[in-house]
Amino acid sequence: MIFLNINNLNVEIDGNKILNDFNLSINKGEVHAIMGPNGSGKSTLANVLAGNEDYEVTSGKIIFKDTNLLELNIEERAQLGIFLAFQYPVEIPGVNITPFLQASLNSKLKNQNKQEIDSLSFAKLLRNKAEELGIDTEMLKRSINTGFSGGEKKRYEILQMSVLNPEFTIFDETDSGLDVDALKMVTEGINRFKTKNNSFLIITHYQKLLDYIRPDFVHVMREGKIIKSGNISLASEIEESGYQKF
Amino acid sequence: MNNETTQTLDKYAQDKYKYGFVTEIESERPKKGLNEETIKFISKKKNEPDWMLTWRIDCYNKWLKMSQPKWANLNIPEIDFQNIYYYAAPKGFEEKPKDLSEVDPKLIETYNKLGIPLEEQKVLAGVAVDAVFDSVSVATTYKGELEKLGIVFCSISEAVRTHPELVRKYLGSVIPPGDHSFSALNSAVFTDGSFVYIPENTKCPMELSTYFRINAEETGQFERTLIIADKGSYVSYLEGCTAPQRDSNQLHAANVELIAFENAEIKYSTVQNWYPGDEEGKGGIYNFVTKRGLCQGKNSKISWTQVETGSAITWKYPSCILKGDNSIGEFYSVAITNNFQQADTGTKMTHIGKNTRSKIISKGISLGNSQNTYRGNVSFLRKAEKARNYTQCDSLLVGNKCGAHTIPYIESKNNSAVVEHEASTSKINEDQLYYCRQRGLSHEEAVSLIVNGFCKQVLQELPMEFAVEAQKLVSISLEGSVG
Repeated sequence: MIFLNINNLNVEIDGNKILNDFNLSINKGEVHAIMGPNGSGKSTLANVLAGNEDYEVTSGKIIFKDTNLLELNIEERAQLGIFLAFQYPVEIPGVNITPFLQASLNSKLKNQNKQEIDSLSFAKLLRNKAEELGIDTEMLKRSINTGFSGGEKKRYEILQMSVLNPEFTIFDETDSGLDVDALKMVTEGINRFKTKNNSFLIITHYQKLLDYIRPDFVHVMREGKIIKSGNISLASEIEESGYQKF
Repeated sequence: MNNETTQTLDKYAQDKYKYGFVTEIESERPKKGLNEETIKFISKKKNEPDWMLTWRIDCYNKWLKMSQPKWANLNIPEIDFQNIYYYAAPKGFEEKPKDLSEVDPKLIETYNKLGIPLEEQKVLAGVAVDAVFDSVSVATTYKGELEKLGIVFCSISEAVRTHPELVRKYLGSVIPPGDHSFSALNSAVFTDGSFVYIPENTKCPMELSTYFRINAEETGQFERTLIIADKGSYVSYLEGCTAPQRDSNQLHAANVELIAFENAEIKYSTVQNWYPGDEEGKGGIYNFVTKRGLCQGKNSKISWTQVETGSAITWKYPSCILKGDNSIGEFYSVAITNNFQQADTGTKMTHIGKNTRSKIISKGISLGNSQNTYRGNVSFLRKAEKARNYTQCDSLLVGNKCGAHTIPYIESKNNSAVVEHEASTSKINEDQLYYCRQRGLSHEEAVSLIVNGFCKQVLQELPMEFAVEAQKLVSISLEGSVG
């Protein structure tokens, strides 16, 4: 089975070309990191994978779990096992995470023809996951992301990920705006969740995050394509001498 | 706005009304038109004492001299008052049936279809229902049980005969018939509604509820409700309404008066779902409603909660007169307009006594081509020492063709009064929709979730039995899924 294969992908927004014959393959259980300067197309890649309709795919292919991803809309992709941890998780006033996430999980279970989870079992599951991640259960009573600090929002994303149990998670600059303690807490959550059955794509500016997560592959992106791939040592190289040399 | 959002919104805008059926039942009506003969006909049908008829005729004469209020942000077509039936009752309905076994099975069937089973044992536990069909009350449940506590819960027609001393004293005492033309009209031709009296220091043990149904064509419904909470008592009351789907417009002009004495509390909730008209704006109910509560005694409290999703035109301002010192008035409102609906709704809080407090939370949601206006009037009279008001009005726009308007008036004749006002207008946010869909929710589920979240502050004020219903109604008003 092809897990994820992106082949010669070209993407535009408002007529501006952002991804340029982009290629990337990820196998089950692998952790990939993409680094690159501002404007290199990293966040576009994350949003195109999630199905954001503001971007226009002009040519190329994305295959995920043997399925043509470009034929699916946002929610269908989510139900198939794609999770995007947002750079700026949005506030939804008045909406509590419990019914929200239960509906999310059930949409996924329904898609897999599995039995839906009842409210009681779900509340238990959510509480357990929150405790595992060291998230105060008081926080579960608040409206989604409403009035949360940057660090709280990111931990909430990790909580949602661990409940929905996606096979492929994209972290879009999850480290931005986090202090060292918050970063540590978030990366611990990710490491706890990592198994040989799920894969990750980590998009970041800085090496710091990668010190905690240790990706299998590091790619450097520039002007809409990957210009160099390697292992973790590539990240150190960037940290030392910047993106100029690439 | 992207394509998919537009498509979903279009789908919402074609919302279907599920209460649009007509009950085939022969009805008895006087001739069309409004004159003294019509009023005498109504009064005779209801077996009213002379003083009631005299009062009605007085009010009719006031109405003749008045013209319709024109200040609302509404486009109201000319209403031909001579082309309306003012009374309709299922044929042979001379006396209200004594118990449910005497009620025409077609009527029971109608209420079953509306989700309001009248058989007492099946009724929502802890809720007593008065069912009003066109101009008459057809059944009141749990009456006996309430009587044991001295609580009176019956139709207003019945109360005119059985409790004339209370009706005579308080009818029109909060809303003077000459207040404006709709109140004069209602006072002249009111047909049925509920009467509630809670004796001193009594807490009404169940929710009281009236369900209004307009069935007959070209018929106006003139609901009149009077609720009196004596010293230290408490009551929670809920009304619901629906009407068949018809091409012609129908008139509903209601008057509701509440009186709370010392330390008494009245909680009044409305779930209004009159037929709103079709996608082109044809048909629908004109809903001209006057609701006013008087906090007569010290420490009394009146709280209005409304969920307004229906009607072609809504003109409605549930108000509180805060006369007793330390009395409290509250207004919680969700108004949803879709297609070509127009709503001009809000409240009036009149602070008269010392330390009186009022709170206004209004949530307006506009979809399709609709126009939604919040209109508020908060005033502090000279003796309203240290009175306070808090107002919050939020508007949510869904789509590009609708409008939201906020018109708050504040008047103060006492400089110790404190007023806080917050207002916001927002469009449904693409980022929120994207976020929800990325978690696997469909576009429709996401919109419904966000709108319900937006209304939560108000919905949680409803009695528990109805909060879930109201939440569903909010979702249905957005969806096209119910046919």
